[in-house]
Amino acid sequence: MSDATPRNRATKEPPVRGNVLVALHRDAVAPRFDRATEAWLGRIDGEGGLARSRTMVLANASAEELCRIILTENVSTVVCCGIEQEFHDYLTWKRITVLDGVVGGRDAIIGALLAGTLKADAVLGGV
Amino acid sequence: MASELGPLLQGLFDRPVAARTLLDRIPLPLALVSAERRVVFLNQAACALTAMSRERALNLPCRYVFRCSLCTVGCPLDVVDKSPSAAVAPVAREADIVNADRARIPVRVTCGALTGADGSRVGYFETLEDLRLFRPSEARPEWPQGFGDMLGHSPEMERVFRLLPGIAQTDSSVLVTGETGTGKDLLAEAVHNASNRAKGPFVKVNCGALPESLLESELFGHQKGAFTGASENKPGRFRLAHNGTLFLTEVGDLPLPLQVKLLTFLDDKIIHPLGSTRGVHVDVRIIAATHRDLRGMVREGRFREDLLYRLNVVRFHLPPLRERGDDVALFLAHYLKVYAGMFGKRISGFTPAAERALLDHAYPGNVRELRNIVEYCVNVCQDTHVDLPHLPRYLLEEGVETHGGPRDGRPGRSTAPAGGRVDAPRAVSRATPGVRATDTHAAGAGVDGTWADAERRLIMEALLRARGRRGAAAAELGWARTTLWRKMRQYGLDQ
Repeated sequence: MSDATPRNRATKEPPVRGNVLVALHRDAVAPRFDRATEAWLGRIDGEGGLARSRTMVLANASAEELCRIILTENVSTVVCCGIEQEFHDYLTWKRITVLDGVVGGRDAIIGALLAGTLKADAVLGGV
Repeated sequence: MASELGPLLQGLFDRPVAARTLLDRIPLPLALVSAERRVVFLNQAACALTAMSRERALNLPCRYVFRCSLCTVGCPLDVVDKSPSAAVAPVAREADIVNADRARIPVRVTCGALTGADGSRVGYFETLEDLRLFRPSEARPEWPQGFGDMLGHSPEMERVFRLLPGIAQTDSSVLVTGETGTGKDLLAEAVHNASNRAKGPFVKVNCGALPESLLESELFGHQKGAFTGASENKPGRFRLAHNGTLFLTEVGDLPLPLQVKLLTFLDDKIIHPLGSTRGVHVDVRIIAATHRDLRGMVREGRFREDLLYRLNVVRFHLPPLRERGDDVALFLAHYLKVYAGMFGKRISGFTPAAERALLDHAYPGNVRELRNIVEYCVNVCQDTHVDLPHLPRYLLEEGVETHGGPRDGRPGRSTAPAGGRVDAPRAVSRATPGVRATDTHAAGAGVDGTWADAERRLIMEALLRARGRRGAAAAELGWARTTLWRKMRQYGLDQ
């Protein structure tokens, strides 16, 4: 337990591009992927700009439902806080980048996404 | 982080003790959280459980450190906050966390308020007990046809078993109805054991067992000096059931004044002990059970309608055994195995005649009666199979008088073997609609008289149709000649 997270995180990640989903609870990232009540969906273009965005309110908090949305919306990057290994592996197997352990408010996360500085385990403002 | 100049515990020992060292050496994962619900301290066990370093966790909102299933809905700290008293007892819940290693871990979360010297709230403590080692029950095989300790594969019971796990996970009040001996207590316990309060206490109170004055003190507790003889404080069953379930059996017998107090608790979760001016917040799930018709009691003004609606959030009705079809055979086989094992008997089953007699009995006492009958049989039987002579005598001879029998005036089944000793029980119709209602409202001597009259009339009519020939009349009634003769003597028809 000397390290913050024993997992082997990538030290240098390329800026996020394409469709992004942020698992939300109220105005901040949800503490858990499977307990997210809303999902922010955005598209970051090649220049790093926000092409379009919308927020979906989920009927029920469910990891399976979020996975279904991620696949149907062609999401390439998922931002969340706690996520079970099972769902992390599934999304990774589907060639989706999962930035987990992220803590922060919705605006702070979107700002970091657009700035290309968002990384796994990032602690941002807004919470 | 682990500064040598950390907080100190003073006044307990000769010299101050480093609080950080003490907390770190406690093997239970523990966190101290500010009034704004940000982590101010994680002990080593909590760091291990959450797979998160103290540096990272410090000053984060606790929901991002624990990532508990209750963080977004039903946070126990909200319950602590709602308490009117700063000295509220800790709140405990079963839940699960997803730690930084992406592992999902079942935990029991216990939270409480931390107050300053002036009584003001300065923060909270939270402990997370890892339940992975204490959950062998998940691997425990359930009964092949049942739930918990309940058995059955009739459609009515299967519906109950199907609904039970989902209902158990909520905190809604549950009302269990059903005749005596149908398993209301078992169902209440099964709900508790399947709920996230399973680690908490399951406290049972029989509302019909105590007089009103004692029952109030028993349920709600009292303060020292509240009445003559109250020499010390008594917590009461509600407080004993804190973080668990309170099972109020025979709630139909609850006196009206106490119904009001129960209603008050269901509204605001606060109880008022006798002689106390301050309410006490308790976190208790209520399960109530009764064999009475509460709606009828409401109409008669003996039970509060508003209380009925509050208790009747989720209602389970347990059908009587006579309406549970093949469950009778299931119970017979089950209890035979249980008692044969218990008493060290090598009994492998029932003879066809004994089984037929047992299957045809009406069981007004339901499963409890069946269990007692099988226990008697196993005690008496010295053979490998339980036979007719091993059955309780009342089943064979007194069955009709005791259990009401064919109250609709019908004679026994024509398929009954002539001369068999099972004739009397055969006359009992197991699933006759209407029998149940008559049974429920029956009252002692009146019923015996009614049945005696009906049986006397039956015998007379059969004798008339048979033109006085007793053999033919006995055959029509499905009785042996000796039974007819005995009954004719009983009713004075042999003159």
